[in-house]
Amino acid sequence: MTTLQRVNLTVNGVNYEREVDPRMTLVDFLRHELRLTGTHVGCEHGVCGACTILKDGKAIRSCLMLAVQADGESLETVEGLSSNKSGELHPIQQAFIEEHGLQCGFCTPGFLMSTVELLGETPNPTDQEIKNALDGNLCRCTGYQTIIQSVRLAATKVQDSKLAGTDGSA
Amino acid sequence: MKPAPFDYYAPATVEEAVALLEKLEDDDIDAKVLAGGQSLMPMLSLRMARPEALVDLGKIPNLDYIREENGHIAIGAMTSKRDAEMSLLLKEKQPLLHIASGLIGHKQIRNQGTVGGSFAHADPAAEYGAVAQALGMDMVVVGPDGERVISADEFYVSFLTTDMDSTEVLTEVRAPVMPAGTGWSFQEITRRKGDLAMAGAAVTLRIEGGNCVDVVIAVFGVNAIAARLEGAEQIVNGNAPGEALFAQAAQAASAEIDEPISDVHASGDYRRALIKALVARCLTEAVERVA
Ligand SMILES: Cc1cc2nc3c(=O)[nH]c(=O)nc-3n(C[C@H](O)[C@H](O)[C@H](O)COP(=O)(O)OP(=O)(O)OC[C@H]3O[C@@H](n4cnc5c(N)ncnc54)[C@H](O)[C@@H]3O)c2cc1C
Ligand code: FES
Ligand code: FES
Repeated sequence: MTTLQRVNLTVNGVNYEREVDPRMTLVDFLRHELRLTGTHVGCEHGVCGACTILKDGKAIRSCLMLAVQADGESLETVEGLSSNKSGELHPIQQAFIEEHGLQCGFCTPGFLMSTVELLGETPNPTDQEIKNALDGNLCRCTGYQTIIQSVRLAATKVQDSKLAGTDGSA
Repeated sequence: MKPAPFDYYAPATVEEAVALLEKLEDDDIDAKVLAGGQSLMPMLSLRMARPEALVDLGKIPNLDYIREENGHIAIGAMTSKRDAEMSLLLKEKQPLLHIASGLIGHKQIRNQGTVGGSFAHADPAAEYGAVAQALGMDMVVVGPDGERVISADEFYVSFLTTDMDSTEVLTEVRAPVMPAGTGWSFQEITRRKGDLAMAGAAVTLRIEGGNCVDVVIAVFGVNAIAARLEGAEQIVNGNAPGEALFAQAAQAASAEIDEPISDVHASGDYRRALIKALVARCLTEAVERVA
């Protein structure tokens, strides 16, 4: 067993400190150490996108990062999207429900986090821009069309919520 | 799968990293440099690599920049590929390197993967290999004996192998500013968007007195390292651009490739056919882009 390393990071605004084995991936850290099991793990080698989270607002694959590498970082996971107090869903989550952007839901946390990044950078994306931002996320159920529709609707919802002053951006 | 155990170090400077790599080598410990992890992490998880120690460059400041100096564009090794893709300086001054940056993997990979990591990894299907050969790029490497600059020609040795020693760290890559009036094109063919390419090509040229000059044709994904196809270049050089000429050059380019890679993604013959199509398309597009 190698020497444990201290990791101090922020996830969804909450600070955590743990001692970890250097070989622990960030997604395993989130799921097993922090019990944030919303982030899914599919392939464990970077091809499926189920483990997508935000690091400093940028979408990354948490299976392709070590927990120790994330020391000092600020992360957001799917758990951070909905408001804990009211239980209200994020407009992007709401849009995925309304447009049937998921079936089994395994890929959904990854698609949601990639969409958060996309709409932060490009509030009103074209279909091509949506496809470019999501080409790193695989879905085995939906056939993608309803996901693209969901993101289109999400863009409208996020803009509406901004206009209404209830800023839904994560 | 999960990575096999290793020790982890996060040095604060390049000098510290080099000293550490030297010490690990002296102690007979198999160490690997970790940058963005977008190639190394899959290799660890699949246990294709089982280093005993990782030296993470992520905590070293000042390796993250894109700037113009002395007629070239210098990019710090730890600059993310996404930053290269979004750089207006790169887009204006070195559009070939710029366009290739945006073709690498997916946005999520480019956010975390570094520019230096793609050069150091030396995947045969890496876009940057062809850019390095086409532009005659230089790599700046720091080791126990100080800094040395390696030309693309010497840097790439073989499949996943560079001229760098295991105690050396890549700190910067340099590309010449693209001369005004240069036409350029970069094209690749992938099974799915974001996949490593089955084959790809890069072309730069200028037009002088109605003829193509300074023609550069580089291909990647077909052999262990990307390479220029000088026979095909010669066919185009000094001649007026045109469909027939480009078809002839494309045919020659395809024939010039020695034993193309044949694997589960594509047969050698298919890769040859792709090169023929890509070289013709690249030449046509490059001429259209001549300012
Ligand atoms: C789904 C997916 C799709 C991809 N598609 C593409 C693609 O289309 N085209 C493409 O080119 N790549 C692709 N990649 C690979 C990706 O671009 C990697 O980011 C890149 O190859 C390595 O950069 P990195 O910073 O992540 O390096 P790491 O993974 O950390 O390191 C890679 C190798 O380089 C060495 N190294 C890294 N930096 C240095 C340095 N500064 N000095 C010395 N050695 C160093 C490491 O020791 C290691 O051996 C893809 C990866 C994935 C997961
Ligand atoms: S689990 Fe990370 S990309 Fe598949
Ligand atoms: S909803 Fe099942 S994988 Fe996407």
